[in-house]
Amino acid sequence: MQLEIEIKFSLNGRMVQTKVPPTMTTLVMLRENFDLTGGKLACGEGECGACTVKIDDRTINSCLMFAVDCDGREVQTIEGLGGVAGLEIMQQAFVDHGAIQCGYCMPGMIMQARYVVDQNTDKSHQLSRDDIARGLEGNVCRCSGYTKVVDAVAAVILDEASA
Amino acid sequence: MINIENYHRPSSISEAVQLLQQGEATIVAGGTDLTPQIEAGARQFESTLINIQRVEEMRGISVTSGRYRIGGLTTVTDILESTTLAADIPVLVEAADHFASPQIRNAATLAGNLCNASPAGDMCIPLLLLDAQVELVSWIDESVSTRRLALCDFFIGPGKTVLQKNELLTAVEFKQPVAGFSASFQKSGPRPALEISTVAMGFAGVLEAGVLRGVRIAIGAVAPTPLRATATELVLEGRSLNESAIAQAVEAVQEEVKPIDDVRASAWYRTHLSGVYIRRALALFQGVTAHAA
Ligand SMILES: Cc1cc2nc3c(=O)[nH]c(=O)nc-3n(C[C@H](O)[C@H](O)[C@H](O)COP(=O)(O)OP(=O)(O)OC[C@H]3O[C@@H](n4cnc5c(N)ncnc54)[C@H](O)[C@@H]3O)c2cc1C
Ligand code: FES
Ligand code: FES
Repeated sequence: MQLEIEIKFSLNGRMVQTKVPPTMTTLVMLRENFDLTGGKLACGEGECGACTVKIDDRTINSCLMFAVDCDGREVQTIEGLGGVAGLEIMQQAFVDHGAIQCGYCMPGMIMQARYVVDQNTDKSHQLSRDDIARGLEGNVCRCSGYTKVVDAVAAVILDEASA
Repeated sequence: MINIENYHRPSSISEAVQLLQQGEATIVAGGTDLTPQIEAGARQFESTLINIQRVEEMRGISVTSGRYRIGGLTTVTDILESTTLAADIPVLVEAADHFASPQIRNAATLAGNLCNASPAGDMCIPLLLLDAQVELVSWIDESVSTRRLALCDFFIGPGKTVLQKNELLTAVEFKQPVAGFSASFQKSGPRPALEISTVAMGFAGVLEAGVLRGVRIAIGAVAPTPLRATATELVLEGRSLNESAIAQAVEAVQEEVKPIDDVRASAWYRTHLSGVYIRRALALFQGVTAHAA
């Protein structure tokens, strides 16, 4: 019989419990055990970022991380960004700037965009378009051409700086 | 497919090495090498998995009386964001900046990078310039046993190291470089990120009364293991940096590298690039040392 490990962690702000085989990836667990299908399996090799989620205060490729390792941690997925309350400002900016086409890469892209902006705690340094592009270099989009993605993130930075 | 029978999550080095002593096991850190290797069928898990991510004493960067210590579980992001390293050992931060993507850097550990022993692994390059040592820990005769080994003796082939099955790489250590030490890191590729090196080169040295001293050259992806180009180092040691020394270094390095053809580049191109990089490294060195003088 396949060994299963019981784990407990915070998922989008709520404590949850589940059982996973030790070789299951975090991405598969989120999709199959919790029906959180925002994060996508695209390359499965860490190259594209479509599976990006946040663990504690860092984003990672959930296709590479073992689910057992979520035990005791805080996991945030795209479903936990805005949630039922509506779209979070980064999500809304992507919509407003027409940055989304097929949408497949977007849950990962937006999680990473939010992380890049939140990581810059140095208020005297405003992220440039190049900084944004570098922050998103692990996220591949086959449709949009990135310009509108950077537009959307730059707009959020401006908005949040003046808020 | 191997059936996993045991899964352990030790929280100390002592606990981890006692588990390793019990028999064949696969150590899991960030999983960024392991997961793709398993998925591709290039490697199989042992029936016991040991997840070392909760061994907190293996994390972090510290300096004690001029000796730097980087815990094995320190991530590439931790290195990139370290203000201590940025001030004292910027070449390590440069290498971290050229590494994969932010998401991979957040997960990838230093020990995982070294133990995976890819000839194209990046973090060993600056560490070889620093004459770093690895700390290997095991459980022998009912107690924790530690040995230290020069990093240049750690690698023995692609994916192969001298690490024993019961050993854990717990930290990397190196001494504060001498005054005037100047080092550079170069990595090929059209973009800074998500590029497995076709050639990576580290160069370090000191300019003393107009001549080069303490020359260190480390090159990735040009031999079965990361290469310390000792013959080329000798060509440059004690020389003043003129065109004849530079031309001899280019020739020596192209002689010394032993690259292969693979999907990323031909052996010819890697040899050519090694010459270009040594020339560039020496120009960079000249620029920095002239500026400092
Ligand atoms: C998309 C992508 C891009 C990448 N880009 C780069 C790059 O630019 N440069 C580069 O150098 N690498 C790159 N890598 C490779 C990889 O990210 C690194 O080698 C990483 O540092 C491995 O660390 P990890 O913690 O994920 O190791 P894991 O995958 O967990 O482990 C790797 C190996 O080391 C062993 N191991 C881990 N920790 C220890 C320990 N403490 N003691 C003993 N054995 C141990 C494991 O058993 C396994 O065999 C890339 C990988 C991906 C997927
Ligand atoms: S699916 Fe995880 S990085 Fe592509
Ligand atoms: S919108 Fe289609 S892949 Fe990015």
